Amino acid sequence: MASRLLWASRAASHLRISVFHRGFSSVIKDLKYADSHEWVKVDGNSATVGITDHAQDHLGDVVYVELPDVGTTVKQGASFGAVESVKATSDINAPVSGKVVEVNEELNSSPALVNSSPYTDGWIIKVEMDNTGEVKKLMDADQYTTFCEEEDSKH
Amino acid sequence: MRGGSLWQLGQSITRRLAQADKKTIARRHFSADADLKKTVLYDFHVANGAKMVPFAGWSMPIQYKDSIMESTLNCRQNGSLFDVSHMCGLSLMGKDCITFLEKLVIADVAGLAPGTGTLTVFTNEQGGAIDDSVITKVKDDHIYLVVNAGCRDKDLAHIEEHMKSYTAKGGDVSWHIHDERSLLALQGPLAAQVLQHLTKDDLSKLYFGGFRILDINGASCFLTRTGYTGEDGFEISVPSEHAVDLAKAILEKSEGKVRLTGLGARDSLRLEAALCLYGNDMEQHVTPVEAGLTWAIGKRRRAEGGFLGAEKILKQLEEGPPIRRVGFFSSGPPARSHSKVYNEQGNPIGEITSGGFSPCLKRNIAMGYVKSGLHKAGTKVKIEVRGKAYDGNITKMPFVPSKYYKPS
Repeated sequence: MASRLLWASRAASHLRISVFHRGFSSVIKDLKYADSHEWVKVDGNSATVGITDHAQDHLGDVVYVELPDVGTTVKQGASFGAVESVKATSDINAPVSGKVVEVNEELNSSPALVNSSPYTDGWIIKVEMDNTGEVKKLMDADQYTTFCEEEDSKH
Repeated sequence: MRGGSLWQLGQSITRRLAQADKKTIARRHFSADADLKKTVLYDFHVANGAKMVPFAGWSMPIQYKDSIMESTLNCRQNGSLFDVSHMCGLSLMGKDCITFLEKLVIADVAGLAPGTGTLTVFTNEQGGAIDDSVITKVKDDHIYLVVNAGCRDKDLAHIEEHMKSYTAKGGDVSWHIHDERSLLALQGPLAAQVLQHLTKDDLSKLYFGGFRILDINGASCFLTRTGYTGEDGFEISVPSEHAVDLAKAILEKSEGKVRLTGLGARDSLRLEAALCLYGNDMEQHVTPVEAGLTWAIGKRRRAEGGFLGAEKILKQLEEGPPIRRVGFFSSGPPARSHSKVYNEQGNPIGEITSGGFSPCLKRNIAMGYVKSGLHKAGTKVKIEVRGKAYDGNITKMPFVPSKYYKPS
């Protein structure tokens, strides 16, 4: 992502146009996405959840991630925690229902991992899914990219 | 104005939108966006990568390419340039303009030396704040003041109503609303040396609160050494046709060190400097004494009164206010406005009015009101955020020391 941004701004300065970095948010092929901008990586009935590059970019510098306790149940579409940035507070919704089996404790000391590595080191929780069929309600990478473009064009 | 607070504004550009009724919100945004006013720097902002958001009826930059964290730090290290043209500049003129204004504000306007100004509060009959404003005595028959964008209509109606009855009784006062001018704020340690490149006047003799009408970059400007960041700096009222050129010249003379800065970092900076945001930290029902602005009530005004709500305010000065504005440090997530504050025993003692993560101190800071007697620095409290109580303590303000340019 960093290298893409660099390329984009170099190209832009060469062409003397201004760039909205937001337009270059990355989306990962094999993940599924919720319309509230969380991603989920499914492996059997285990799901890893985080917020997307688009979401972290809109939020700006993340300063605190409110994590649930291990063992908590989460429900698809319902809030299970929050991300605080210098600019705003945002709920994190569960893209799938199930039991929280692991939380990313690293975020307690390094919340900015959500900015620097939203899809890997900045993961938020791991869930044991109740119903893997719920994943079908989520968007794939292409659908999500279109969704973000439409949402951004409204503002 | 509560709804206009900056972090809530931030929310409107984040994911909460997606979770609410999308159609309603899209429609509301559509109609609102079409009606938004633009400053003359709008295209300049967009060309510089600004993210524009609705603020008090205006489309304003919340940030540029730098993050709010970077912008905040750079302001204190080098400097920031803000477009604050949405704020309303106003001149009161006439031989009675000072006597007139003193009926509406708590400041000793008569006692100000020509070419100096102060922060003041417009009060209502109950002693509450209608708005805060920086007022300047240009000369005995000319006052220049700037009021909040979100309070413009209310303030102008208030002033006009009192002006009508005042002039009907033979008082000599009139006004001019400076809609032909734009307002830039240049803040930070490099502000003076950068601006000095653009004017022949010696800025080293212009101290905090001072005012001059002078030529800057070829345009006749109103220059006030003031700001909303806690840093040294200026607010420059420039004829609108010269505003973009002036902004470009300032950035160029700083060799890139002074950066365009949006309302997001402006909010972090003013919070670190413990300056009130009207609508959050100060409201219709809050008196200047409760807000910790007793210092702004002139000595003569304390003795004589003669401003709206003086009875209540003077009584509070004598007996002490029931609540007081204080600063907090807290653990856990940053406390935001409306977070409840409890004492260690779990009894409610007050509420947060502004809060966030301090980019300079790298910790959570907040301001709010607590019952008098519980307002001492060091008092331990619990602050509720999303149903959980977190440890906090009351602390002295400002959070980051102010660096106003004063005669040594």
